[in-house]
Amino acid sequence: MGDFTYLLISGLSLGSLYALMALGLVIVYGILRLVNFAYGEYIMVAGYTLFLLSPSPLPWLVMAVVAAVMAAVMSYLTERIAFRPVREKSLTAMLITSFAVSTLLQNAALLFVSPRARVVPTPGIFSETVIIAGNVTPVREILAIVVSVALLIGFSILLRKTILGIALRAAADKFTMTRMLGVPANLVISAAFVISGLLAGIVAIFWLGRTGSVTPGIGLTPLLVAFVSTVIGGMRSLSGAVVGGYVLAFVTIIFNNLLPGDLYEFREAFIFTIVILILLFRPEGLVRGRG
Amino acid sequence: MLRLDDLHAQYGAIVALRGVSLEVNEGELVALVGVNGAGKTTLLSTVAGVMRPRRGDIVFEGEPIAGLTPETVVRKGIALVPEDREIFSDLTVEENLRLGAYIRRGRGEYGADIDRMCELFPILRERFRQDAGTLSGGEQQQLAIARALMSHPRLLMLDEPSLGLAPKIVDQVFALIEQLHRDGMTILLVEQNVTRSLAIADRAYLLNMGTVQASGTPADLRQDVDMESIYLGGGD
Ligand SMILES: Nc1ncnc2c1ncn2[C@@H]1O[C@H](COP(=O)(O)OP(=O)(O)OP(=O)(O)O)[C@@H](O)[C@H]1O
Ligand SMILES: [Mg+2]
Repeated sequence: MGDFTYLLISGLSLGSLYALMALGLVIVYGILRLVNFAYGEYIMVAGYTLFLLSPSPLPWLVMAVVAAVMAAVMSYLTERIAFRPVREKSLTAMLITSFAVSTLLQNAALLFVSPRARVVPTPGIFSETVIIAGNVTPVREILAIVVSVALLIGFSILLRKTILGIALRAAADKFTMTRMLGVPANLVISAAFVISGLLAGIVAIFWLGRTGSVTPGIGLTPLLVAFVSTVIGGMRSLSGAVVGGYVLAFVTIIFNNLLPGDLYEFREAFIFTIVILILLFRPEGLVRGRG
Repeated sequence: MLRLDDLHAQYGAIVALRGVSLEVNEGELVALVGVNGAGKTTLLSTVAGVMRPRRGDIVFEGEPIAGLTPETVVRKGIALVPEDREIFSDLTVEENLRLGAYIRRGRGEYGADIDRMCELFPILRERFRQDAGTLSGGEQQQLAIARALMSHPRLLMLDEPSLGLAPKIVDQVFALIEQLHRDGMTILLVEQNVTRSLAIADRAYLLNMGTVQASGTPADLRQDVDMESIYLGGGD
């Protein structure tokens, strides 16, 4: 029972972050069919913002909000400056642009900060623990679950109740038709990038809180996780991204904890075997519809 | 109201329109007929701003609109019901209609407009909160037209609204187009169903290989042209 509760909380906590990462990637993909390789760098931007703010007397929560907003601003700016000019050209041009943006941002961090890890401030509550069903559980994990679920609910209300949300869903389905009804292309695309960046920024707070540091290459793992989650869940669906995130997290947690010692080092091979098996039986991902 | 002058359009190397000139006057129902691949859809897409013309003018209510984006064209008062309806299938019927009224946000007429659409298309009231993807073909066509009307267009362009519908539903669709026309709507109608569209049109154009081959009243057109070729080519 104790083991089960432990796995459940770890899985939900990691899954919540994976789900948000995947959602941030797929919201842009849904509209532009672009896998934004610079997505992980928005997490890096949030991290360095926290690092730069750490000497300031601001309360941690304010720093965290500023960091998340900076990720959203960076996402918005990359769309305006890098993606918009090549949008009409081709999808390949956009993909290459996203590689370029990713490399550029990483190199900027290398050059202007340092190739070495930098400490980011974490609040005291992140290192506290509580006992749940006999297990020592980090409060950070509980917070990650609560914040993510609240965000997912808020996001789904936005998508269903506001005209912008309805337009975003419509644009992910039939972009040209959405424009023919008067919804400006630039508006939905900007909105998608802002939401994407904001999700990355919020994930960053918890993701970086695990190690308490940021490096120029920090974005790679979140990008991969987000990508694999959307592939598992179905690239064409927002709910699929969320499902994929939780599935990937639970598979990971289960292998991390249950594989015997001598197989442990092959755990990624096991995880990807499961992913391949899922895709063999459901090539379009677990969630087929859009929504 | 709408005037096309020497309009050229192409997809890469494939030329689809080679100098089309035509006119739609206020209150008219103009039919645009022609075989598969004649360029009818291309013509409507170009007017709607989905495609950029290669050359030539599009003038709507005295204003040049060639090359504007789709989101701008609809604000000028032109709505297109596209060939494959392009219903948002994961959105509810209501959400589809709400997006149709996107350019009329803040006018406070949304409720009245919805009531008007539900009167015109009673099935939409029944299916109001259902996903649009669950509607039958005929119902989806009604929703597509209702969605276009929600923007209060002054020119309504319909691309093959009867395509793929059961004969009984086709009757309904043509009856509806006639009714909209009687109520004063200006309509540019593209149809494979030549007989029926000529029967309700004020004037018609015959498009062939991207040019206007004949034009005039439906009677003129029936006389001038060997309609046989269109029927044979037109399929359906
Ligand atoms: N997306 C496209 N890419 C390349 N060529 C196209 C494309 N769409 C249409 N064409 C070509 O342009 C020409 C005109 O096509 P268009 O769809 O406008 O004809 P249409 O009169 O609407 O035909 P239909 O009755 O089949 O709907 C055709 O030769 C067609 O093959
Ligand atoms: Mg066509």
